[in-house]
Amino acid sequence: MNRLGKLESEQEPETAPAPVIDSLASIRDMVSTCIQCGTCTGSCPNAFAMDLTPRQLWYNVLRGEKETIFHSKTFSLCSVCYYCTLRCPRGLPLTEAMSALKQIAAKENLAPYKKSIRFYKSFMESVCRHGRVREMELMTLYFISMKSPFLPLQFAPLGMKLMGKGKISFEIPSKGNGALKAIFRKVEELEKKEEK
Amino acid sequence: MKYLYYPGCSLEGTALEYNSSTRAFMQELGAELMEIEDWTCCGASAAEATSHLLSLALPACVLAKAEKMGGVEEILVPCSACYLNLKKVEEKIRKDPELLDKINIILAEEKLHLNGQVRVRHFLDVVANDVGPEKIFARVKKPFINLSIAPYYGCQCLRPYSVFDDPEEPRSMELIIKATGAKIHHWNMGGRCCGAAHMTTKPEVALELVAAILKAARGADAIVTVCPMCQMNLEAYQKKISGMCKEELGMPILYLPQFLGLALGLSEQDLRLDLNLSILKAFLGKWMLNLTSVNRNKNEIKN
Ligand code: SF4
Ligand code: SF4
Ligand code: SF4
Ligand code: SF4
Repeated sequence: MNRLGKLESEQEPETAPAPVIDSLASIRDMVSTCIQCGTCTGSCPNAFAMDLTPRQLWYNVLRGEKETIFHSKTFSLCSVCYYCTLRCPRGLPLTEAMSALKQIAAKENLAPYKKSIRFYKSFMESVCRHGRVREMELMTLYFISMKSPFLPLQFAPLGMKLMGKGKISFEIPSKGNGALKAIFRKVEELEKKEEK
Repeated sequence: MKYLYYPGCSLEGTALEYNSSTRAFMQELGAELMEIEDWTCCGASAAEATSHLLSLALPACVLAKAEKMGGVEEILVPCSACYLNLKKVEEKIRKDPELLDKINIILAEEKLHLNGQVRVRHFLDVVANDVGPEKIFARVKKPFINLSIAPYYGCQCLRPYSVFDDPEEPRSMELIIKATGAKIHHWNMGGRCCGAAHMTTKPEVALELVAAILKAARGADAIVTVCPMCQMNLEAYQKKISGMCKEELGMPILYLPQFLGLALGLSEQDLRLDLNLSILKAFLGKWMLNLTSVNRNKNEIKN
């Protein structure tokens, strides 16, 4: 299938993060007028858990410090709440810029973001197969891709509760009817064209 | 009132009760919901984290299917994540005809076409503005007396597009909650983020965010939500968070249509209260107790 939907479980993430394409350029444009005021940092509910604050992240984007950016957890900790976008005095599309960094990490399959990448890819795989997300299949695909025998245990109490309520049922991942395959394929084709 | 209806994936699984209660509530008010035929997933937050173009193509697919239904031009969406994804495409294609062309090249693969004629509405927007507090007030059969409710909006129905409420200080739920007789628990957490999908991939972070919300809700009798992910995050980890904070932070969490539906006299079965993960017993008990004591007082006055 394609790199968007496929889990690529056989292909291990690289150990040293070093994205090849210079997709940073478009993100640099997004934040080019940043005045380093720190409003984004002050507004971010996840700043407490970040190594670089959002303001520092944008500083590094402006300077093209790839190594620093893709060793930092910051963008992967963005929960897409749009507070920074709403409040930035320069009106910069900061949430979109955070997502653009996530997209690079996903495409390059960068090791530090393995958990989130595999979760999102499991999600998209389920969507591509069935047209809709099957929550239980999503979790199964995620557990399989993480190859961690302990991870499912962490979710077991909630899983049991949900199953007891009949909200989810055991589901063996299946190929589905490939409902959205054509759309996924076309998107990938267009994106590849743009990269060139 | 007639709307196209996009339930989204969670409302067929972990948020079944949001689906049932939304349908029951809207039906009670005489509104008709027409489910979009053969709808597909909007991509949630996962598409945006993997591919920008895909995160626009998936919601566009849904909008095109909605247009195909014909006649009705507004889509009612209960899930805030779905709402924002669909809204984003609605807003972007209005300003960017080139993008619309590109999207249509993709949609052609599924023999779909998007013109941009449908308007995306959040359930809360519809309740606050199309239904309105007066209509709810007039239909209340079992008021919430002496109960205080914390309105929780979350992020994505408020930001980045301020369509029907103030993205910094949301208030759209207040009048409709008050219409049921309940009081508002005033807090500054209504528009705060609950951490969303962090709960799966970075639970340490999300648990902190939810803990702060539950702590701020102390003193309220329940929190009311308008998004399946907010609901799940707020209700499913209460025991864990109570242990973490070494204090009892259990709190009844209800979807807005469940809460309003109760006041309108809909049954607990129709609203699927059996599916909520938080403990509702004390909340329902207090409600019934206050209700009977008021009725008793009324009767005493009559005698
Ligand atoms: S709020 Fe905007 S201008 Fe201020 S530091 Fe953040 S990105 Fe830069
Ligand atoms: S959108 Fe992301 S980066 Fe911005 S404030 Fe919210 S969580 Fe932080
Ligand atoms: S946001 Fe949730 S519910 Fe909405 S379509 Fe997507 S997965 Fe499905
Ligand atoms: S509050 Fe949480 S689930 Fe709700 S919209 Fe925000 S991040 Fe999403």
